[in-house]
Amino acid sequence: MSYTPHTDADRAAMLEVIGVPSIDELFCSLPIDARLKQPLSLPSGMDEATLGRHMRELARANTSTDEAISFLGAGVYDHHVPAVVDALASRGEFATAYTPYQPELSQGMLQAIYEFQSLICILTGMDLANASMYDGATAMAEAALMCVDMTGRRRVVVSRTVHPHYRQVLRTYLKAADACYVEIGCGDGRSDLAELHNAIAMETAAVLVQSPNFLGVIEDLHGISGICRDRGVQSVIAVDPHSLALLEPPGAYGFDVVVGEAQSFGCPMGFGGPLLGFFACRQNLIRRFPGRIVGRTHDSEGRRGFTMTLRTREQDIRRERATSNICTNEALLALAATIHLAALGPEGLKGVAHLCLQKAHYAAGLLGAIPGIGIPIQHPFFKEFVIRIDTRFAVPDISRALRDRGIIGGFWLGEAYPEYHDCLLVCVTENRSRADIENFAASLADIMAGGL
Amino acid sequence: MKEEPLIFEKSVPGRTGATIPTCDVPEQPIRDLLPGVQLREALPLPELSELDVVRHYTRLSHRNYAIDLGFYPLGSCTMKYNPKAHEAIARLPGLTRLHPMQDVAQVQGALALIYAVEGALAEIAGLEAATIQPAAGAHGELLSMMMIRAHYQSHGMERTVVLIPDSAHGTNPASAARCGFTVRSLPTDSRGLTDMQALKAGLSEQTAALMLTNPNTLGLFESEVLEICRLVHEAGGLVYCDGANMNAIVGKARPGDMGFDVMHFNLHKTFSTPHGGGGPGCGAIAVGKTLAPYLPMPRVTRLSTGSYDWIRVGDHSVGRIHTFYGAFLVAVRAYAYLRTLGFEGLREVAETAVLNANYVRARLASHYHIPYPERCMHEVVLSTSKQRSKNGVKALDISKRLMDYGFHPPTNYFPLIVPEAMMIEPTETESKETLDAFCDAMIAIAEEAETDPELVKNAPHSTVVGRLDETAAVKQLDVRWRNVGDTVPTDS
Amino acid sequence: MSIPDGLLYTRTHEWIRKDATEWTIGITDHAQTELGDVVYVELPEAGAMLDKDAVFGTVESVKAVSDLYAPIAGKVLEANLSLSDNTAAVNQDPYGSGWMIRIEPHDIESSPTFLSAAEYAEYLKESDH
Repeated sequence: MSYTPHTDADRAAMLEVIGVPSIDELFCSLPIDARLKQPLSLPSGMDEATLGRHMRELARANTSTDEAISFLGAGVYDHHVPAVVDALASRGEFATAYTPYQPELSQGMLQAIYEFQSLICILTGMDLANASMYDGATAMAEAALMCVDMTGRRRVVVSRTVHPHYRQVLRTYLKAADACYVEIGCGDGRSDLAELHNAIAMETAAVLVQSPNFLGVIEDLHGISGICRDRGVQSVIAVDPHSLALLEPPGAYGFDVVVGEAQSFGCPMGFGGPLLGFFACRQNLIRRFPGRIVGRTHDSEGRRGFTMTLRTREQDIRRERATSNICTNEALLALAATIHLAALGPEGLKGVAHLCLQKAHYAAGLLGAIPGIGIPIQHPFFKEFVIRIDTRFAVPDISRALRDRGIIGGFWLGEAYPEYHDCLLVCVTENRSRADIENFAASLADIMAGGL
Repeated sequence: MKEEPLIFEKSVPGRTGATIPTCDVPEQPIRDLLPGVQLREALPLPELSELDVVRHYTRLSHRNYAIDLGFYPLGSCTMKYNPKAHEAIARLPGLTRLHPMQDVAQVQGALALIYAVEGALAEIAGLEAATIQPAAGAHGELLSMMMIRAHYQSHGMERTVVLIPDSAHGTNPASAARCGFTVRSLPTDSRGLTDMQALKAGLSEQTAALMLTNPNTLGLFESEVLEICRLVHEAGGLVYCDGANMNAIVGKARPGDMGFDVMHFNLHKTFSTPHGGGGPGCGAIAVGKTLAPYLPMPRVTRLSTGSYDWIRVGDHSVGRIHTFYGAFLVAVRAYAYLRTLGFEGLREVAETAVLNANYVRARLASHYHIPYPERCMHEVVLSTSKQRSKNGVKALDISKRLMDYGFHPPTNYFPLIVPEAMMIEPTETESKETLDAFCDAMIAIAEEAETDPELVKNAPHSTVVGRLDETAAVKQLDVRWRNVGDTVPTDS
Repeated sequence: MSIPDGLLYTRTHEWIRKDATEWTIGITDHAQTELGDVVYVELPEAGAMLDKDAVFGTVESVKAVSDLYAPIAGKVLEANLSLSDNTAAVNQDPYGSGWMIRIEPHDIESSPTFLSAAEYAEYLKESDH
């Protein structure tokens, strides 16, 4: 099977124009020793119908979140995506286009990205946003490197409440750049501000936090941004963009860079990828920030048009001195997020955020009332919270018992936070019904009462 | 075509395009739930009906060129047609509605798929192992450079210089620089290949790696690649293959067999994910024995029981470079593509891609300057220097004029070493009729450059906008919508 | 293409006007034509010390970045700050109001040889092929 169109007659006619007797002749610049010696060990080709059956079989070997009641969050979220999003974003005119280097033929995508940048600026309260990054983690790593390059200081202070994968990605990037990673603690589920204050040294370029943080808690943003301002370091924050429908945006607190993961706008969970990182910052970072940006301009007849701009920061022009090596980003997902936000509008987005907030608190109330279950963190939260399970039980055993009842009970914190080894991180979005939540609580109570 | 307003300009207060469920749990005042938390006042998002949204983005789609509309011969970008069946597969709920933190017992199908894709990529590369974790080609390059650095560090060696041919993609030097390497540029010789004398002179005990694109960005196979790899290894360095041009040799030759230690694939170029207007992609990398210990975590493994599990910790791993496991749904499309084509189909991809490029080359050779004499692989680089010096018509002008003929232009001004470069990559999915129509247009434009150069210099004449004022786009920077009355910050 | 007599030129397309104790440096008409509309100029601060051949600044157009090289070691007396608001001067008046920096050379005696206007014109003709 292949998607090549040529007939034998086509091939013969083309070879004649080229002036060679065979296609093999076109590969003569490959030295004999570099050519394939034996067929590749790959399964043989399949027709479309057989492939479809095979893929459905593979998919059936998974338990999707349609087949279980999921309370998993931890960075990727199950929010409802209106049908209009995929119907529009999957249009071939968008999906099968390249990066819009030729603006005359790419006005559709360019305008959509300009709209995306605008929406991210409005949500975060920042001056400018780029056209997207790979994911929230790499957006944060790029922010850290930008601050290091800009200040010439080689130390970055990171809160332990930042998503563990984000911190791992940060460590990987900073190590390669010979920059130093310093972590501050979170005794009560929030970044320890006294520790933050003390951790900032002469060589500190930036402070990196997340809110709502990985444990679900809304951080003291006023306190954090104040310390950063007083100590003269850049402040970088990762946010859940859904929470910004309700909460004061980071821009209002004076953060320098706002990054995050926007998968929950219009993109499937997709087993964790592809994701949609965003990156927003203040106007004074205009020559420093990474990635593509689209600007509005006009043609010679005065017609409005959009084009990629501030291009001299980028790798194809500045090469080893570029502000980042990023090239391909997540344009199609940025389009999906834009359509998602356009469809929801302010009332829709606030409505979803309100549902998350109410349902998560309802769930926390029910779960916390179960004998043997505690709520160890007392700070305000948005849609995720931590439950502590009586040490008579091992959390993985509880999770298994819940799975047997068709419930995915949340994310076990033991590996990332040993101090919360007896805890689950529970996420409740608008997609979980009251019946789902009550089913979860009843099942957990039952397991706790009857043992495993 | 009429200008399409911004969504912000179509907003009507009070309108909405979404139906939000009523709250089915007892509600509490937000203030009680979020004591001491500052709530936002204004949320000035646009307000539209669903039909407004549908018409807006459908109209925007009409202002965009794409593979589904026509020929898109962007060199180095591999703009091939990707089967619609694979799009449908990538939307199966059993794949899209999976959460990455689910227990392995619930995601055996997903793990099997990742395992199979990584295994197939390692086989195609002729290397030991592969990972799908990098999100794009540049991300794969960056990961590879991190691994090379980790390798030297763990052996207590200081090797700080990365050699990169002057024809390379800009991501190569940018990725190496991000890992603290010093970049040294290698010249290209008169054949369009790596200058062997310069390579020999450039190698030293400081050499960490050579980054080589093969076939290179001139569309030529580096015929001395075996010797190049041998020389770099002899100097104690490693060799990285930029696999952006893998479409030319997939199923015909393997970078691992040529001596490369590590390479990246662009799954969104070679293996069936459409480019999406700039992503998402997947920059999977494959590595040989030397670098395998440094692969990012986690990795999928197949147990003796036949089931799959994660390996989460590796002693020498560089760490993690993406949340969760990378662009899984892009890997799904690659898997579907590999299962559709099999070995025979893959080989036909490379053969047809190379046939098509050489056909275009042969048809245009007497009308445009071809700077290197060798026949090409999957893409051909022309120079419009003849047209420029004679009639002042630049490569950019010819590109813009192609739009009037209904084609997307080739890549312009790259590689940087060819003046007035036009880099044409037809790909294997284009028919002879399409290639002929494109070549006819290129020949007609070459004639127009003689007879009516102004017509070409002022092109395009038929697009929704003409050439844009890119200087104004920088100088009067406007990168976001602002409501009337919003304050505009200054740079300082 | 304007190449005024009386100035000296480098192969990296800077021009130099020598006065008694100070040199004024800018980019040539050829350089600004090749770049296209200049949108950004980055220059050193007054007082900065430059080594010979060191990059002392950059000039950017929409799609290109060009480094500026110090033709001789010296101290920056003044940078043309008006360019930050008026980058168009580099295109419109490269030998006048588009000047970049004034420097005080450390050792005029060791002054390297530069190209005369005629030699620079010849150099441009040669490198056009």
